[in-house]
Amino acid sequence: MFGWSELVPAFPEILVLSMACVVLLVGLFTDKKKGGFIVFLSVITMMFAAILTLKDHVAGVEFTKTVIFNGTFIRDEFGDMLKVVVYLLMISVFFYAKQYLRQHDNLQGEYFALLLFATLGIMVMISGHNFIALYLGLELLALSSYALVAYNRNDLNGNEAAMKYFILGALASGMLLYGMSLIYGAVGTLQINEISQAIAGQNNDMFLVLGLIFVIVGIGFKLGAAPFHMWVPDVYEGAPTATTLFIASAPKIAAFALAVRILGQSLDVLMIHWQSMLATLAIVSIIVGNLFALQQTNLKRLFAYSTISHIGFMLLGLVGGAEGIAASMFYIIVYTIMAVGGFGMIVLLSNKGMEADQIADFKGLNQRSGWYAFLMLLLVASMAGFPPLIGFFSKLYVLKAVIDQGHIILAAVAVIFAVIGAFYYLKIIKVMYFEESETDQAIDASFDVKTVLSINALAQLGLLVLLPVLFQYCIRVTGSL
Amino acid sequence: MDMKTTLMIIAFAPLVAAAIAGLFGRQVGRIGAHTITIGAVGLSCVLSVRVLLQFINGEATPFNENLYTWMVTGDLSMHVGFMVDSLTAIMMTVVTFVSLMVHIYTIGYMSEDPGYQRFFSYISLFTFAMLMLVMANNFMQLFFGWEAVGLVSYLLIGFWYKKETAIFANMKAFLVNRVGDFGFLLGIGAVLMTFGTLDYVEVFNQAPQMADKTITIIGDNQWSMMTVICICLFIGAMGKSAQAPLHVWLPDSMEGPTPISALIHAATMVTAGIFMVSRMSPLFEMSDTALSFVMLIGAFTAFFMGLIGIVQNDIKRVIAYSTLSQLGYMTVALGVSAYSAAIFHLMTHAFFKALLFLGAGSVIIAMHHKQDMQEMGGLKKYMPITFITAWVGTLALVGFPGLSGYFSKDAIIVATGLSDRWGSDVAYIAVLLGVFVTSLYSFRLLYLTFHGKERMDHHTKEHLHESPWVVTLPLVLLAIPSIFIGWMTIEPLLFGGFMNDAIVVNPTNDVVKEIGLYHFDTTAGFALHGFVTLPFYLMLAGFAVATYIYMKNRALASTIKKQLAPIHRVLENKYGFDAFNQKFIAGGSVKLGEALWKWSDSKLIDGWIVNGSAKLINKVSVGIRSIQSGYVFHYALVMVVSVIVFIGIYVFK
Repeated sequence: MFGWSELVPAFPEILVLSMACVVLLVGLFTDKKKGGFIVFLSVITMMFAAILTLKDHVAGVEFTKTVIFNGTFIRDEFGDMLKVVVYLLMISVFFYAKQYLRQHDNLQGEYFALLLFATLGIMVMISGHNFIALYLGLELLALSSYALVAYNRNDLNGNEAAMKYFILGALASGMLLYGMSLIYGAVGTLQINEISQAIAGQNNDMFLVLGLIFVIVGIGFKLGAAPFHMWVPDVYEGAPTATTLFIASAPKIAAFALAVRILGQSLDVLMIHWQSMLATLAIVSIIVGNLFALQQTNLKRLFAYSTISHIGFMLLGLVGGAEGIAASMFYIIVYTIMAVGGFGMIVLLSNKGMEADQIADFKGLNQRSGWYAFLMLLLVASMAGFPPLIGFFSKLYVLKAVIDQGHIILAAVAVIFAVIGAFYYLKIIKVMYFEESETDQAIDASFDVKTVLSINALAQLGLLVLLPVLFQYCIRVTGSL
Repeated sequence: MDMKTTLMIIAFAPLVAAAIAGLFGRQVGRIGAHTITIGAVGLSCVLSVRVLLQFINGEATPFNENLYTWMVTGDLSMHVGFMVDSLTAIMMTVVTFVSLMVHIYTIGYMSEDPGYQRFFSYISLFTFAMLMLVMANNFMQLFFGWEAVGLVSYLLIGFWYKKETAIFANMKAFLVNRVGDFGFLLGIGAVLMTFGTLDYVEVFNQAPQMADKTITIIGDNQWSMMTVICICLFIGAMGKSAQAPLHVWLPDSMEGPTPISALIHAATMVTAGIFMVSRMSPLFEMSDTALSFVMLIGAFTAFFMGLIGIVQNDIKRVIAYSTLSQLGYMTVALGVSAYSAAIFHLMTHAFFKALLFLGAGSVIIAMHHKQDMQEMGGLKKYMPITFITAWVGTLALVGFPGLSGYFSKDAIIVATGLSDRWGSDVAYIAVLLGVFVTSLYSFRLLYLTFHGKERMDHHTKEHLHESPWVVTLPLVLLAIPSIFIGWMTIEPLLFGGFMNDAIVVNPTNDVVKEIGLYHFDTTAGFALHGFVTLPFYLMLAGFAVATYIYMKNRALASTIKKQLAPIHRVLENKYGFDAFNQKFIAGGSVKLGEALWKWSDSKLIDGWIVNGSAKLINKVSVGIRSIQSGYVFHYALVMVVSVIVFIGIYVFK
């Protein structure tokens, strides 16, 4: 068994696990139309988890990484920073979910319990230090996600999406496991740090590269990178918006952590190989994401393709050396904030029996509410990468890292397709400001949701103040891996 | 309160006030808007005076600190920071004081304007921008302030945006300043290239080692790096401080409301170039060529722009040309290394020129916004306060011994005479003759406006009366320094070494020190000596000519006009600068633009590249859309095929 002190670094995970069970129980006794208490419990859980995670990071005190549970779990600065971002994202997810589920009179404890279990999976993926631990986290996240997608039992679209997600997810998980087993076969260990040393000592290249390919397929699927992206649009569109906004945010951070742990930390010796594979995925994602997005009229689907192109950008950063990994981290953090806000806007505009998921639903938003139109403008413009919004700087850092590594053509292709992508973002802005509204229905949301959404969107401007600090942190924590 | 807090309040109080008045103008109302902005600028002014007093009493040491790191890229870091020394303290005081006067004056001047709050917001914003400019401790922030004051200036020139001429003037100011700013930016770029930093102190410390550095620009000619930097920076100053040939925007800027003519286009913004060159004195001192260039441009402006003032009939335009000419004097002072004299004249000029402009504004209010002097006359009995203060301002401007303008202008003239810089003889003659010209147009303005027959129509005459107290109070408050400030400050400012911490002058160039040694005993002596020098007689001559023509023998004016018709026409056409710009530069640009638009834009770019590529991309994306069929087995197939392709590429290369 493990000693007490062995458990301390895993306190946040233990807290989230316990609270997930508590929420599940409390949910049984809660009215479907209210459920404010469940949301409160979930939010509080995240806040306490944040406190537990942050309390050891005091200014001036050196933070040392600890590895526990026989080397399967690591707590380091990199993981802690990502976890804090995940908590913040989850808090906004909870608020939006509350709004969405109340609209549909379907606010149940299960939903939040599932979200908390998924969060736990994400945290394990971030902190896993062993292939099996990472895989466990991934499966926990995936299984919770399937259920979240199928949450509206009577919604055929949702069920179809969940089914597709499940089948393809199983396929991808199988490939990931296959890759892991190949690597295990080549080096004889599953520990992240030991793999790295073991590879350095031998040259069984073919086995390793084959394993690497399958691992990358798994990671690519989780991230939704082309050509393993086919599930993304269907699931984004079919799932309840609250689930979509969850899938678009925190799990991407987990997948990023997975990529860094597996590729950057354990397979670092194979860097030349995985860099060129990731570069391929990145470019294909950027091209496919932006080209497909042009044709969409459904906003959720449009955001799905835009996610694919953003993931492409993030992967591009991983090609850019040490600074590139920091840039990627910055990119994925910024992207998830934008994505949550974007979907949050759809939730906000939706009503009972009406999902505001068509671009046409945003027509003349400026007349209905200038403030929300402005918030959406900030979010969409930041996604498109207009200066001086934060989305511009995240792209800038990635491109700079890539160019510094000499991959000018990659950067050029990325920029060209980002410009093409600006078209569909601008289309949304145009619709909001220059077209007539078809409805004059008032926008109805509770004060807390409005506040969270405003913070979310204003962060596109506000984070500029913290820009250098945030990026310095990204450089520091990726440097300390 | 420590220095840093004080400086932060000085700089940012007007910004906050501008934001409130601008963004919440409707909520705070007219009274709220002017109370807030006047309060903030008043606070800045009081604190600025306090800082200046600390410097005068020797209690303060130069302050230089970075407040905020804006960005770091490579080896270059850009900061927001303050550098405050005696030079800055003077500028801060002048800026905030004149700004405060103009704020108060505006209550009266703009009382019937619908854009009341917007106007207050702009002038407060201007005050903030100007303070950022003078308080900067690096080139980046200098440039920010430089562009920000420019921006507010354009906004205010075009304040009455429904007036054709105002929009034209607005655009003209913007375009002409582009030329100057381009030079300025090149100068900053050259500084960065040479020194690798944009921080003032670091640049100045390194400057002596760069004296021999050269650069090739075109062909194989070696140019001194310092000369290139200084001339580029000075081109920026030429734009902002309206030196020929980039002066053309300033007379047109008079289309804006009069308070901003006083604040921006006379007292503060246009002197930014003068301030900048003084601030850069360690660099300029290293290039005699650049200084000669500065001096000759200044001399040309000082004399020839004054001449145009004689033939103008619009009251504000006369003062505008006078401003050009006075800026020329300051530039000459810079060119002969008399930086302190330039700053001294900048300060005195700020007071008396703001006074003259506000006086003109007062007249314009009384005349119901008519500005033609030919329709005025005899206003003295209707507006006694405006009349007296206008006389004070005029006497200060023409340099009547003992008044503030005398000290500063005479210092410049003597310094120019003493200088042995290449071309200083020409400049000396120009500034001497300039005194006559200044005197002539100034008294002409006074006579046409306040004396002689009342030429306005009957309706206007009935309504003539003195302006309200919010207008006359600033006049009186500005008249006081116009009289005394020169007397009080010449000794410490020029000869007491007050600005030694800010201005660097080579001992061989130090004409101001020479004045101190050989031409200055006491302030009173210097003032008395003024009655027997050549400039005084030239000034008297101008006065006599103006008095004879405009008081005794009006017919003579038109006779002279006929006799000297060609010269008159040249002056009326302002030497053809405007016509040339309009025809060749503006006209040429329009033609070129049209050609480019027709061929390259609408055919090549729109037709082929933009619409062509959009069509292509559209086709492609419609085509590949069919892959996303919705069938799970298709999706799985894509995944599996991709894996096989990957294996093919990476394993079996």
